[in-house]
Amino acid sequence: MNNEVRQHKTRQEAQLLSQEELAPGVFSMWLEAEEIARAARPGQFLSVYTKDASRLLPRPISICETDPFGGRLRIVYRVAGAGTREFAGYRAGEPVTVMGPLGNGFPLDSRKKAFLIGGGIGIPPMLQLARELDCEKQIILGYRDHLFLEEEFAPYGPVSIATEDGSAGTRGNVLDAIRQQGLTAQVIYACGPTPMLRAVKAYARENRMECFVSLEERMACGIGACLACVCGSTQVDGHSHVHNKRICKDGPVFRAEEVEL
Amino acid sequence: MNTRVNLAGVELKNPVMTASGTFGSGAEYGEFVDLNRLGAVVTKGVASVPWPGNPTPRIAEVYGGMLNAIGLQNPGIDVFVRRDIPYLKQFDTRIIVNVCGRTTEDYVAVVERLSQEPVDLLEINISCPNVKEGGIAFGQDPRAVEAITREVKRHAKQPVIMKLSPNVTDITEMARAAEAGGADVLSLINTLTGMKIDIHRRTFAIANKTGGMSGPAVKPVALRMVYQVAGAVKLPVIGMGGIATAEDALEFIMAGATAVSVGTANFYNPRATVEIAEGIEAYMKDNQVEDLRELTGCVK
Repeated sequence: MNNEVRQHKTRQEAQLLSQEELAPGVFSMWLEAEEIARAARPGQFLSVYTKDASRLLPRPISICETDPFGGRLRIVYRVAGAGTREFAGYRAGEPVTVMGPLGNGFPLDSRKKAFLIGGGIGIPPMLQLARELDCEKQIILGYRDHLFLEEEFAPYGPVSIATEDGSAGTRGNVLDAIRQQGLTAQVIYACGPTPMLRAVKAYARENRMECFVSLEERMACGIGACLACVCGSTQVDGHSHVHNKRICKDGPVFRAEEVEL
Repeated sequence: MNTRVNLAGVELKNPVMTASGTFGSGAEYGEFVDLNRLGAVVTKGVASVPWPGNPTPRIAEVYGGMLNAIGLQNPGIDVFVRRDIPYLKQFDTRIIVNVCGRTTEDYVAVVERLSQEPVDLLEINISCPNVKEGGIAFGQDPRAVEAITREVKRHAKQPVIMKLSPNVTDITEMARAAEAGGADVLSLINTLTGMKIDIHRRTFAIANKTGGMSGPAVKPVALRMVYQVAGAVKLPVIGMGGIATAEDALEFIMAGATAVSVGTANFYNPRATVEIAEGIEAYMKDNQVEDLRELTGCVK
């Protein structure tokens, strides 16, 4: 995909409006950040900076929802270490330093019937995509156990759920749900853990479907300079002329066939 | 107030430059800082041909710093000359090209290719493994340091900065070897080799197992080495290692650095370089320092 857009990134002090725990270890944060909320597109992400100076690097977190007129945006993240644990302790009214919007985001021009597939903490960015993508949508959400955000997808299309422990929906993964429920579509938009994306990519190829995947990797700068967050690409990349696309800048969304998963 | 400094006959408008590998060739940071405000941009290391770099994960955060093993991914000298030099020429700043290689011939090929280009200085990264000597870094053997310096100098049209590795017993020995080989300027420190283990996955945190540590946590070590080297050779020294504020930069200058490079700080504060340049000016004003050179090496 060659849709590196002219980005209007800003690094700013956002105001934390509210925070709640949606499921054990999964938190939702609304931030007031006017410029970023206006510029953000579905599938883009923020760099969120910790206040503890011993933790230098920003945490890349996908944007779950934007409210451009209200100047607000929402991130939903999982506590995975000390940095995100710090974020989970923030209270309304606190300043939070963020940079964004970063990355390319999902393409929005297709009108074909779509699968929106989210796995685990890859679910949040699919919400804003569900709102902005103008087509018939089948939403498929995969969880290990505890559900979150699933009710918020309901206005945008039928929602199928898969859980690894079988506590809700189909027992298994998102592809088990698709197969068991006989779901069909022409194009796939997916975000989730790499094994899920690998399986989704294979499914799309078998079924000759167009497929877009959103990837994650550890990042340092978040703006394409440090070359930490690369993924293998089938074509020579435009930056280093090897086979490494930068997830933060060339992605995080790629056509499935252009990246090695 | 004079903030100008001189590196081997090349005048910089101020002592603040970027550290190689943390700033690309400036394009990604041009959205955040006015590159005209920098004394120099030091590019990411460039080799004779494209290098794909290491597998991921390539970085890990550690207390007060980070580890990286990017593996010097770069597009090679041809793309660099065609794309990155014209970009940097738009700005009123000095261009310093960082050169990497696996063999002496690699370095020489890049240095020769740059001889006709509008580049102000060359910085030679000798922390790369020397494939013909069993993979020990050029910068860890004084004879290799002197030999590579001499060979690069024989082919270089621009003044040469030798960038020293801190992963040695006595860095002054390497500094003297580079001086003996004809280096014009020294820069230090490159990253300190480190490691981190992910106890949940029971594996190394980065795919390369070890990586180069940088960030504020390494600053005291870097400052000590800059002080030692500045006292051991007659060459100008560029100090770097954990500089994140103007106060940090001033410490290096007082320890003997003619100029300073800002590296890892760019990753968490894309405006760090310009803020440091402004902070140095503010310090000079507050303390009635007319010429920055009054501060260079003032702490003996």
